[in-house]
Parts: sequence; structure tokens; C-alpha cells
Amino acid sequence: MTVALAPSQRTDAVAAPVLRAERLAKAFGGVTVLSDVSLDIWPGEIHAVIGENGAGKSTLMRLLSGYLHPTEGGLLIDGAPIAFHAPKDAEAAGIALVHQEILLAEALTVTENIFIGREITGRFGSLDERAMREAAAAELAEIGCKVSPRARVGDISLANRQLVQIAKALHGTHRVVIFDEPTAVLTHDEVDPLFDIILELKQRGVAILYISHRLDEVERLADRVTVLRDGRKVGTYDAAGLTPQRMASLMVGREFSSLYPPRLERDLAEPALEIEHASVPGFVHDVSFTLKKGEILGLAGMIGAGRTELFEGLLGLRPASFAAVRLHGRPVHFGSPAQAMAAGFGYLTEDRKGKGLLLGERLAPNLTLAALVRVHPVTGLDLGREAQLLGEAVETYDIRLHSRDVRAGQLSGGNQQKLLLAKVMLNDPSVIVIDEPTRGIDIANKSQIYAFIQSLVREGRSCIVISSEMQELIGLCDRILVMRSGRINGELSGDAMTESNVALHATSSVASKETPGGNAHD
Amino acid sequence: MTDVPAAPPRALQGWSIGWGDVGPFLALGALVLIGFLINPDFLSANNVANVVTRSAFIAIIAIGATFVISSGGLDLSVGSMAAFITGVMILFMNWAVPSFGTAAIPLGMAVALVTGIACGLLNGTIVTMGRIEPFIVTLGTMGIFRALITYMTDGGTVAIDRSLREAYRPVYFGNVLGVPIPILVSLAVALVAAYVLYRTRFGRRCIAVGANEDVARYSGISVTRVRTMAFVIQGACVAIAAICYVPRLGAATPTTGLLWELQVITAVVIGGTALRGGRGRIWGTVIGAVILEFIANLMVLSDFVSEYLVAAVQGVIIIIAMLIQRMSKR
Repeated sequence: MTVALAPSQRTDAVAAPVLRAERLAKAFGGVTVLSDVSLDIWPGEIHAVIGENGAGKSTLMRLLSGYLHPTEGGLLIDGAPIAFHAPKDAEAAGIALVHQEILLAEALTVTENIFIGREITGRFGSLDERAMREAAAAELAEIGCKVSPRARVGDISLANRQLVQIAKALHGTHRVVIFDEPTAVLTHDEVDPLFDIILELKQRGVAILYISHRLDEVERLADRVTVLRDGRKVGTYDAAGLTPQRMASLMVGREFSSLYPPRLERDLAEPALEIEHASVPGFVHDVSFTLKKGEILGLAGMIGAGRTELFEGLLGLRPASFAAVRLHGRPVHFGSPAQAMAAGFGYLTEDRKGKGLLLGERLAPNLTLAALVRVHPVTGLDLGREAQLLGEAVETYDIRLHSRDVRAGQLSGGNQQKLLLAKVMLNDPSVIVIDEPTRGIDIANKSQIYAFIQSLVREGRSCIVISSEMQELIGLCDRILVMRSGRINGELSGDAMTESNVALHATSSVASKETPGGNAHD
Repeated sequence: MTDVPAAPPRALQGWSIGWGDVGPFLALGALVLIGFLINPDFLSANNVANVVTRSAFIAIIAIGATFVISSGGLDLSVGSMAAFITGVMILFMNWAVPSFGTAAIPLGMAVALVTGIACGLLNGTIVTMGRIEPFIVTLGTMGIFRALITYMTDGGTVAIDRSLREAYRPVYFGNVLGVPIPILVSLAVALVAAYVLYRTRFGRRCIAVGANEDVARYSGISVTRVRTMAFVIQGACVAIAAICYVPRLGAATPTTGLLWELQVITAVVIGGTALRGGRGRIWGTVIGAVILEFIANLMVLSDFVSEYLVAAVQGVIIIIAMLIQRMSKR
């Protein structure tokens, strides 16, 4: 079933793939995470690598960029064997890796970040600030990034930080650029400029290795697609004949019907959460809406639209004012997350690593951290009860682990998310806000999390889903509110829930007629 | 789908128990062995009892420091605080003895405890309410407490009243079934502390706050309350140590408790508690304090190194301990 292109098909100009991996294998301790993966990348092609979490994508990438050494197999550049001892060696060979996470020092300027570790020095070893600034400006201009080289990274937007990161990675000569889920931190709008950069690089004959979870992106960009599953290569395919559906099936190893659970038909009448005239200074301006009991309400919008800040304000984590907040008809005021939890309001943060889980801790303390009362009779913590709760959570949320003793940071993104969901649900909230439920997690876990969310509302709970992935909101929600610049700029339901509608309301101030519930101020 | 982490953090390969957990105990074992080889007297019951008794003060204070440090704080003021509490306690007892007789001792203990808790509360409140680095706050209070004791003693010595001296003596020099009282006290403090840190909500929250303040906050934990409470526990522990210490010297001077904070932090760190917070080891701390005192003792008993260099050796040890922690993390 491998449809790898024969070199002859695309080698009129070039004789050898710029980078070839031969039978790469990698084991950590006794655990093999990658075995027998061969791959070649040609100049001017965008080669996507897809697979679920744990399929070995990251490992493969780290092997290709010198962060790891293969246990078996080897790499060839232009047909000649080469070994990387450090990322530096790969860089010298013209292989650049654009990390998934933004790895920049926020306190430093853009220029300082780009030149970190390879500063240009003048005579007597003093820094040549001007030369660096000019070089940085040129590099930024090349990828269409408009930030000032003097700007502090902490002050620029996430999308711009990513561009700076790309500029940093592309620094110097580059023949192969590896993008590790570059869109994971971006919103829908920010993706296009990035794709332009990638296509531009391709035009210039750079070989692109593109790792992503988002199959629609892969479909849009890739020339060829290599699918990994369980540390092995399933095959390399010509992208032309590959639908996202088919990719998903190849990744999961079974036919894939739908990512989203079938819609529930039900009447939604009773209000569960009513928010009137909410304002969070600097982020949210006069927002009012009602979540019905049993409803899944989507909250769309770009990063910075004020969605997360609205709920941080509600939880008492930021200064905020509300004319009224009613939970199941009762007026409430939360001064702290603890009060919100006690009232039956749960919030699942978008930042599971920074705000959700203690990555260095074991799973049980993580699970019970927000609900210690449940494992704390008078005599102190009941570790047996805690272990039992963890067992139940592992079962209920299908958290996959080798041992109960692992640290939360060792779990895959999807399993961390399930653990976080279990943690929030341990308080038995009646209204749950889930912020970016599936950011950075794989298809199988996504599908499971969607099913969990639906089972929550089937149990009579009510749910708000904040997401930057429009498809997910459309597939899951009964109704979508679109926020823009701190205001609700549209309400969509039924057939009006389309990507173009959501995008329209997220980006432009439409005083539209489909916004009966929203307050279209501008 | 199998869930092999794509790139397992290195710390997890193979080791289930880190050096941070067993290290202190191994180090103590090695130290005892070396000490015995150098001078068999080292292991005499008398010497061991002596050393452990002397380590009790640092151990008790360091147990408090384990809470502060594992919750992400730091308290540099403990040495000065100990001197201050000692001074307050002695002055109070000397004032109270004409009217209350030997009952002045328990009253003095209560005053010491209240003073310690108040000092801890002061530190904790400034840190949490003022949002100032604990390092800076306790650097400030360290100076304040030290100046206060110097002022109270008028630069000299405040001795405990003669009539109380005999009655108070047993608290340091007495024993129960042959075990010196300071050892019993530090064991009791350690038992309670271990229970609090490992088996109560507060302990969990303490670790969570130290590991990641944001996660703690989003989990409904009052970071302010937890961190303040850790400083209060620290203050109480300093007071308990001071109560045990008073009969040993019978006086408070401006140099009482000088540089204890360094020994305390050393004991905590070689005990395996993470200086950045998020991990606390009560028994490791106790062992750490004992190790420090054993080293000092060993240097006195042997002739290899001048005992004037004790502080230097302890300094080397804290650095080695940090290096070991660092390496066991990779």
C-alpha cells in the first residue's frame, strides 16, 4: 500500500533526496518508541508526517534534527551518511527545526532572541548590536513579520512570537525545515500568513517536513504524507489522493466514521448560567448571555477576544464586574475559584501544563488537588480512597498509562487532558467551562473528549466550550457565540453555524441580523 | 493506541527512587562509617547522643523551613528570630518570676510560642500581601530581629534568673529512658510535621503552591493563606527550638543563633527538599541536620582539618547536595 514516489518521477533536476532516513529506530531504556522508519525528503516538497500522539512523530523529528541519536539506522544528506551529535550539527547541515512550543526568552528583545548563542561580535568581543538588529530586521522581513527587532518578545503577540521563532530557526542557510505542529498555538487567521511562508520556502526549493494533527492543513499543504502508527511507518502516500478521512483511518488503524458524537435532540429551556453585563477591564466589555441547562454552548473568537479572561474574571482571578450572575436562577458571586467550585461551577483551563496540572507530581495528587475534601476525613488524607478515585477516573476517562506511578508530565497531551477533565469533574460541577478542550491532542483522544462532553450534558450538566477550532465548535455545540475584541459579535445556531460565518463574526464588526442574543455594539 | 510518551523525560528512565529520597540516609551511613574508622569513640553512645541533641535545634527549625521552602518561599530570618524569641522569653520569665515562681517557665514557653507565631505571621503577611520576594522580606526581618535582640540586651547578655535555672535545666539536659529531651522534642515535631505535610490537605496544598502557583490557584487553593501558614509554622518551630535552647546557655546575646539560617537551609536542601519548591522531605531534613552536626563533631574529634573550617565544609556540602539534586533530575 505504500505509494512512495519513485525518485525518477520527481528527479529531473535533483538526483538524491536532500535528507534520507534509513530504518531509524529509537528506544528509551527498554521501551522502543520508533522502529524501522525510512523516509526521504526532496527539495521543494512539503512532506507531512502525521500520526497520533505516541506514534513517534516527535521522536522522528528529534532524530532528524540532532536532538536524539538513533538506536539503529542512520541519516543521509545528499546521499552521504551523516551523524548528528547535537542540534548544532543538524543546523550546520542545513536542517532547521521550528519547535512546537514557543521557546523564546520573553524578557529579551526580538533581536536578542534570534541571535542568542550566536551573537555577532565586533572588536574586543563586544556585541555588534546594530549588525544583529539589521540582520534580524532582514530575516523578519523575509518571512513577512512586521515586529520591530527592538521589541521585547514578552510584549508581542503569540503569532508574532512564532514568526520570530521561525526567523530564528531559519537563521543561516537552510535546506530542510521541520515544522512541528506550527499551528497549534495559532488561531485560524494567523494560519494563512504562516502557510504563505511555508509555500514560499517550498518555492525556493527548501524541503519542508510538516508535522501536524490538523489533517485539513495537511491536505492543503502537503505533496506527500507519511503516516506513523505506534512507532512504525504505515506508509508514504501521495497527498493528491488522500482525504482527511482516509488519513485519520490510516493513523488510527481502523475506519473512521465521525469525530463528533451524533447531535442530541432535546428541548433547552431552563437557564443554567446567566451572565449580565460582564466587564473585565481591558478584555471584556459588557457581555451578557445565557447558558441553558443541558446545552453545549460554543464560544468562538480569536485569541485575545476576551473569552478566557471573561471566565477568569468570573472566577475572581481578575478584576471584573458583573451586573448579575445567576447559577440555576440563584444569584452568585465568586470571589475565588474555591467559591466557584463550591457553587458547582467548574472551569477547565486552556493551559493544562501551566495552570492545570502539576507536571512533576503523580496522578493521584493531581486528580484530587481541587477536591481534597473528598479524600480528607477528619483523620487526614485517605490515600486508599484517593487511589480508588484515580482508578475510577482512569476507567471512566480512559486515561492510558503504563503505571499509576507516572508523573502527570509523562502522560501524552490527550491523557493529560483527560486527567484534567477528571480533576475538574471530581467536584461534580453542574456548569462546566472547558477552555480549548482538545488543543494539541490527537484524533482518537479528541473524539473521546467530544463524547465525554456530550455525556456531561446528557447527565443534565451544562457546558461552555471555548475553542479556536471552529470545526470542533460546529461539530459539537448547540449554539455558538462569537466574541470579538471583548464583545459578543454574533450568535449562531443550526444551519448558520458554518466556518465562514464564525470567521466573519470573529474578525469583522458585522451588525448582523443573526445576532438576536448578542449585543452588537459596534 | 499504545501510550508511549514520544520523548520520555530522562528522569524517568529506570529510577523509581531518586537520590533525593535515599541520598541523605546513605550519606549519613557513609559519614558514620568514616567517623568510626577515624575514631571509634565517634560511635560511643555518649557522643552520638551529644551530637544528635545538639542537632536538635537546627533540626526543629529546619522542619519549619521545609514547609516554607517546599511552598516556594525562603526564610532567612530564622537565626535572628531564634535570638529574638530567646530574648523575649528570658526577659518575660525574669519579669514574671517574682510573682509566679517556677510557673514563669511554662508561661515563658507560651510567650515564646506566641512570639514565634507572630514573627512568622509578620514574615508571611509581608510576603503574601506585599507581594515581595521572601528572600528580600526575610532579609529585612533578619536585620530587624537581630537589631531588636541587640537592643534588648543592650549589646551584652541577658541571663535567665538564677532561681529558674535549675528548674529549667532538664528541658535541655534531662532525658526520658536515656533519650535526651531535645531529641524527643525534635522527633515529636518531625512526626507531627510529617503528618501535616504528607497526610493533610494543607500539606498537599503547600507542595502544590510550591510546584506551580497557577495550578494551585486554578485548583481553588488560596495561595496567600497557604504560604502565610508555612511561615507561621516556621515561626512556631523557631519558638520550639528556642524553648529548648534557653537552658543550654542560660542567656540571650546578640550573637545567639548567628548564621543558623545557613545551617537550616543546608539541612533542608541536603535532606532532599527542592529549593525551588514543590517537594518537601521532613525526615530528610532531620537527617540533614544530624549530618551537619556529625561533620562538625568529626572535625573536632579528628585532627585532619581545623575545626575553624567547619562552616567551610558545610558550605561545600550544600553545594554538593545541590549538584546531586540537579543531576538526579536529569
